[in-house]
Amino acid sequence: ENHKRMGHLGGSVGSAPNSFKKSEVECLIRLFHSLVERANVRLNNFGLDRNAFRAILHSVFGMTDDMLMNRVFFAFDKDNDNCINAKEWVKGLSVFLRGTFEEKLKFCFEVYYLNGDGYISQEEIFDMLKNSLHQQSSEEETDEGIRELVDITLKKMDYDNDGKISFADFEKAVKEDKLLLEVFGPCLPEAKVECQQLKLVKGTF
Amino acid sequence: TRTLEITPLNEVILKEIAMFVESFIYKHPQEAKYVFVEPLEWKTNLDPSAFESGYIVSETTVKSEEVDKDGQPLLFLSVPHIKIRSLGQLSRLLLIAKDRKSCNKNPGLDYNTVKEDTSTVNILDKITKDEDPESEIKMKVGMLLKQLDLYLLNHSLKRISLQICLNPTTVKNHIELLKHFSGKGEQTVLESIDYTSDYEFSNGCRAPPWRQIHGEICYVLVKPHDVETLCVTCSTEGVFLNEDEGEINYERKSEIYKDLVTFFKRKIGKIFRKYDIRFTEEWKKENEEPKEVPKKEEADALPKAFLASSKNILEKNQINFGKIQMTKRLEPTLNWKATVDFKKNTQEKKHGGRLGRSGPPVSPGRAQLVRKSAEKIEEILSDSSSENEEDEEPPDRRQEANADLPSEYWQIQKLVKYLKGGNQTATVIALRSMKDFNLAQETCQLAIRDVGGLEVLINLLDTDEVKCKIGSLKILKEISHNPQIRRNIVDLGGLPVMVNILDSPHKSLKCLAAETIANVAKFRRARRAVRHHGGITKLVALLDCAQSSAKPAQSSLYDARDVEVARCGALALWSCSKSNANKEAIRQAGGIPLLAHLLKTSHENMLIPVVGTLQECASEENYRAAIKAERIIENLVKNLNSENEQLQEQCAMAIYQCAEDKETRDLVRLHGGLKPLASLLNNTDNKERLAAVTGAIWKCSISKENATKFREYEAIETLVGLLTDQPEEVLVNVVGALGECCQEYENRVLVRKCGGLQPLVNLLVGINQTLLVNVTKAVGACAVEPESMMIIDRLDGVRLLWSLLKNPHPDVKASAAWALCPCIQNAKDAGEMVRCFVGGLEFIVNLLKSDNKEVLASVCAAITNIAKDQENLAAITDLGVVPLLSKLANTNNDKLRRHLAEAISRCCMWGRNRVAFGEYKAVAPLVRYLKSNDANVHRATAQALYQLSEDADNCITIHENGAVKTTASLKREFLGYSKF
Repeated sequence: ENHKRMGHLGGSVGSAPNSFKKSEVECLIRLFHSLVERANVRLNNFGLDRNAFRAILHSVFGMTDDMLMNRVFFAFDKDNDNCINAKEWVKGLSVFLRGTFEEKLKFCFEVYYLNGDGYISQEEIFDMLKNSLHQQSSEEETDEGIRELVDITLKKMDYDNDGKISFADFEKAVKEDKLLLEVFGPCLPEAKVECQQLKLVKGTF
Repeated sequence: TRTLEITPLNEVILKEIAMFVESFIYKHPQEAKYVFVEPLEWKTNLDPSAFESGYIVSETTVKSEEVDKDGQPLLFLSVPHIKIRSLGQLSRLLLIAKDRKSCNKNPGLDYNTVKEDTSTVNILDKITKDEDPESEIKMKVGMLLKQLDLYLLNHSLKRISLQICLNPTTVKNHIELLKHFSGKGEQTVLESIDYTSDYEFSNGCRAPPWRQIHGEICYVLVKPHDVETLCVTCSTEGVFLNEDEGEINYERKSEIYKDLVTFFKRKIGKIFRKYDIRFTEEWKKENEEPKEVPKKEEADALPKAFLASSKNILEKNQINFGKIQMTKRLEPTLNWKATVDFKKNTQEKKHGGRLGRSGPPVSPGRAQLVRKSAEKIEEILSDSSSENEEDEEPPDRRQEANADLPSEYWQIQKLVKYLKGGNQTATVIALRSMKDFNLAQETCQLAIRDVGGLEVLINLLDTDEVKCKIGSLKILKEISHNPQIRRNIVDLGGLPVMVNILDSPHKSLKCLAAETIANVAKFRRARRAVRHHGGITKLVALLDCAQSSAKPAQSSLYDARDVEVARCGALALWSCSKSNANKEAIRQAGGIPLLAHLLKTSHENMLIPVVGTLQECASEENYRAAIKAERIIENLVKNLNSENEQLQEQCAMAIYQCAEDKETRDLVRLHGGLKPLASLLNNTDNKERLAAVTGAIWKCSISKENATKFREYEAIETLVGLLTDQPEEVLVNVVGALGECCQEYENRVLVRKCGGLQPLVNLLVGINQTLLVNVTKAVGACAVEPESMMIIDRLDGVRLLWSLLKNPHPDVKASAAWALCPCIQNAKDAGEMVRCFVGGLEFIVNLLKSDNKEVLASVCAAITNIAKDQENLAAITDLGVVPLLSKLANTNNDKLRRHLAEAISRCCMWGRNRVAFGEYKAVAPLVRYLKSNDANVHRATAQALYQLSEDADNCITIHENGAVKTTASLKREFLGYSKF
C-alpha cells in the first residue's frame, strides 16, 4: 500500500521540478519516509515538523544558525501547515541541490523576507545580522557595529533607496556579484555538501 | 665533527694549538702520560709507514708500544681511523706528521690532522671532570689546557682587533673616493659605485640592523669596466663579494679583503691595471693614518704570541672548562644597541676591555650561513634570470597615521574591523563592500594594508569558507597590481596559501588564485616562492582543464569555465616564466604540449598569456627545440595576423626569440610569416610591438631567402625610415635587420638609394653597446659596395668606426674592426685614408694584445687590409706587428687562425719580415693549422706558408714539421699557392 502511494507521489512531484530524474525523486521520497520514521512523527500529520527538519538541516547540510534554519523551514513549507510533506520536501531539495541560479535567488529571498510583505526590511536585516559579530566589550558597541553593517548592506543593495530591499533590488545586487546570494546568512548547502548529497541521492538509495 | 672554515685566523689558531701539543711531551712529560677515558678519534691520511720506533707497524695498522694499565695501546691507527688516548701520543703523532710533511711536501696532511684534533679538545675536558685516582695529574692537564685557551683567546682578540680596520667612516670615505674616480671612459677606475640603500643609520651604517649584528656596514653595487655589476659587502672584517641579484644576498662569495681597493685589485684584477695615478695617491693619503695604529699593536702583540691565539675554533667547538665562566663569551651579544654604537665598541675592543663583542657576533652568523648556503646557492644559480624589471624593492611608504588621510582610509578601516570580528556573513558583506572602493587607486590599496587588512585577507584564504576566500581573492587580485602590496603579500606568506587554492575543486576560486598569483609573481622572490611551494606544477595542471573537458560529453557551459581556468593558469605562468628556473619547472611539468594545444584556440584572451609564456621561455634552448617540434611556429605566424596588438607583439617576440635557428627562420617563411611582419612595420605608434616586430625581422633576415622576401615586401625602405626618431630598443633591431639584409647586393643598393647611409653613420656615435655592434655591422655590410663606401667616407664614417676600436666593450671593438675591413678594401685611396688617423695604426696594432679571440681575429683581418698598402705595412712593421702576430700563432680558434694566417702572409711582403716571423717562431704553429678541419684555414695557411717559405730557414722548419706531406694531400685544392 505504502509503495503504491509513493509511486503516485513520485509521479506527481517528479513532473514539477524538472531537475531530478524519476529515479532520483523516488530516492528522495524513500529518504523522506525513512527520515519521517526516524523522527517518530505521528502518522496523521504525515511529514517533518520544524524540529525534525532543523535536525536534518544541521546534520546533513551543516547549517548552524537556528534562526536561519527556521527561516529555511518556512521557505520549504509552502502551505504554511508547519509541516513539510513529501511534495514540499522534494521541491525544496530540488532547489537546494539542483536549483538554477534563478531558483536559488528566489529561494534565498524567500528565506530572508519573513513577514510576507515582499520586502526585506531594515529590522529584518538587523535581526538576521545580530549574531554576525563576535561579542565586543559592550552590547551597545556590538549593536552599533551591527547597525553600521546593516547600513552598509542597504547602501549596497537598496537601489531604489526606499530603506528596504525588494526582490528587484535583491536580484540586481546578486546578479552583480554572486557572493551576495546568501548575504544575510547561509541558507543553502555549501558547495561541497551539495556535491556529497547529490552523490547520495544518485547512489545510495 | 663540523669542519671549520679556513680563514687566516683559524689557521693561526690551529698552528698555535699544534705548537702547544707538540711541545707538550717535552714540557710536561708527566701530564703527557695521562690516559683519557675516551680516545680522540678522527680520520687521517697519515701512512702507517710514517711511524717508526715505539710503534708496532703493519701494513694498515699501527699500535703504540706505550699501553695503558689494561694493556690497550694509547695510539691505534687502522687506516684511515686513528684513536689516541694521551696527550703524549698526540704530541708524538704531530711530530711524526710534521716530519712527514717536510719530506713529502704534503702540506695538507699536517693541516688536516691538526684541524680534527682541535675539535676533540672538548672531550678532554669532559675527562677532567670525572673523579679519578689520578686527579692531581688530571688537574694539571686541565690547568694547562685552560692556560692554552686563555692564551688563544687573548691572542686572537688582538688579531681580531687588528683585522678591524674598517669602520663606517673609513668605508664611507673609500666609497666617496672611488665615486670620485668613477664614470664612463678609459680614465676612470670604475664605471659606477653606489650604495644599495640611501638610508644611513645614525651610526653611519647602511646595512639593516639585523645585519649590523654581523658586523656588516653597507652594501655597494659596483660596475667595473668590462665586467658585470658586482654587489659587495663592506663589513668590519673587510670587504667581500656577495652574489646579489635583485635582493641583497648576505652570503659571502669571496675571500675577505681588507678594503675596497684590495678587493678590486685581487678580485677583478685587470680593471685596475690602468687606474689613475691621481687615484692611487689619494688612496694612499686616505689610508695612511688608520694604518699606523694597527702596526703598533701588532708589534706589541708579537712577543706574547708565542703560545697563543684563538677565536673561531674555540667558540665553535665550545670548549667548556666547566666551572670557569668563560663560556659566556661564546654567546654572541645580539644586542642591537651595542652594534649601533659600534664605533664605541671597536675602541673598547682594542683596549681589550670587553671580551663580549669581539668576534662571536660575526662568526655564529657565518656558521648559520654555512648551513644555509647549500640551498641558497642553489637558488641563486637556478634563479639567474633574464629579468630586470622591478627587481629593486621600492621603499616602503606608509601613510602617517595623523596626516591628512582620505575618507576612504577610515571607511576601509571600519570594514577591516568587520573582517576581523565578524562571522562569515559579516565578512562577506565587508569584503563585498570593500570591493566597491576604487581598488586601482593607491590610497585604497595602501589603506587596506596600513590598517592591517592584508593579514586578514590572507588569513581568510586559509579558512574553509569558500565565499570568504572568493571575496578576499577578488580584493587581493585588484590591489596586487601595486608593487608594494605584492611584496607585502609575499612577506605575509600569501603565496603558499594561494598555491594551495589552485587545487580547489571550485573553478572560480582557482581562477582568482591564479590571477592573483599572476599579479604577485612580478618579482623574483615571489616567483621563487611559487616554485618552491609546488605552484608551477599546479598552474601547469590548470592548463589541462580545457583539454580534458574538450571531450564531447561535457556541456559547453562547463567548457567556458574550464577555458577560463586555463586562461588564468596561463596568465600566472606568464608572470612566473620570467625566472629561468621556472621555465625549466614548466617544461618538466609538461607545460609545453599543453601550451601548444591552447595555442590552437581562437580566444585572444587565452592566446596572449600562452604566447607570452612561450615567448619568455623561448630564451631557453630546449624550449626552442620543442617549439619547433610542437609545430608552434605555424600558430605564431597565424596569430601575427590577429587584430590584437598585444597578441601580435607577443607572437613577434616569440619569433624573435626562436629565429636564431635556421630551420625556424625557414618555417616562418614557409608559413607566410614574413609578409605580416613587414606590414606590421608600418604601424609605429605602439613601440613595444614595433620593437618586437623589428626584432623578429632582424632574426628572420639572417636567412638570405628571407632578406630577399623582405625586399619584395618593401620592408627595407620602411626599415630605413625607422632609423630616426625611434627608441633604442627599436633602433637596435632595425639596424640589426639592415645589417643582415645588406649582406645581399640588391638590399645594399636599396639602402643607399633610400638614404639609409647617413642615419646609419649618425648612429655610430651612440653609447648603447648592442646598438653599436649592430650599427658597425650594418655600416660594414654597406661598405662592401664601393659606391656606398664613398658616401660613408664622405660622412666621416671610417673615422667613427676607427674610434670605436677604443670602445671598452670587446664586442664593439671586434665589430668595428670587422667593419673597417671592407672600408679599407673599397676606399679609393685606402692607404692615405688610414695614415691620416693620427696614432690609429699604433692603436690597432696594440689591439693585438687583447685577450678576446673575436677582437684578435677582427684586428688581424683589419691588419691584412691595412698591410695591402706598402707604406702602411712598413709603418706597422716598425710598430712591432711581427712579434705580436707571432705571439698569437699558438691558438686553436679556427677563425683567429684563418685571419692570423692571412695577416702573416700579407705582412711577409715587407723587408725581412719573413725572416722575422721565423725568428719569432710563428712558422711551426702555422704548419699545424693544416690539420684543422676548416678549409678557409687551410687556404690562408697555405698562402702564408708559401710566403714564409721564401726564406730558407723557414723552409726547413716547415719541412721538419711535416707540412710537405699534409700539403701534398691538399695540393689539388690549393694549386697555385703551394710551392711543394
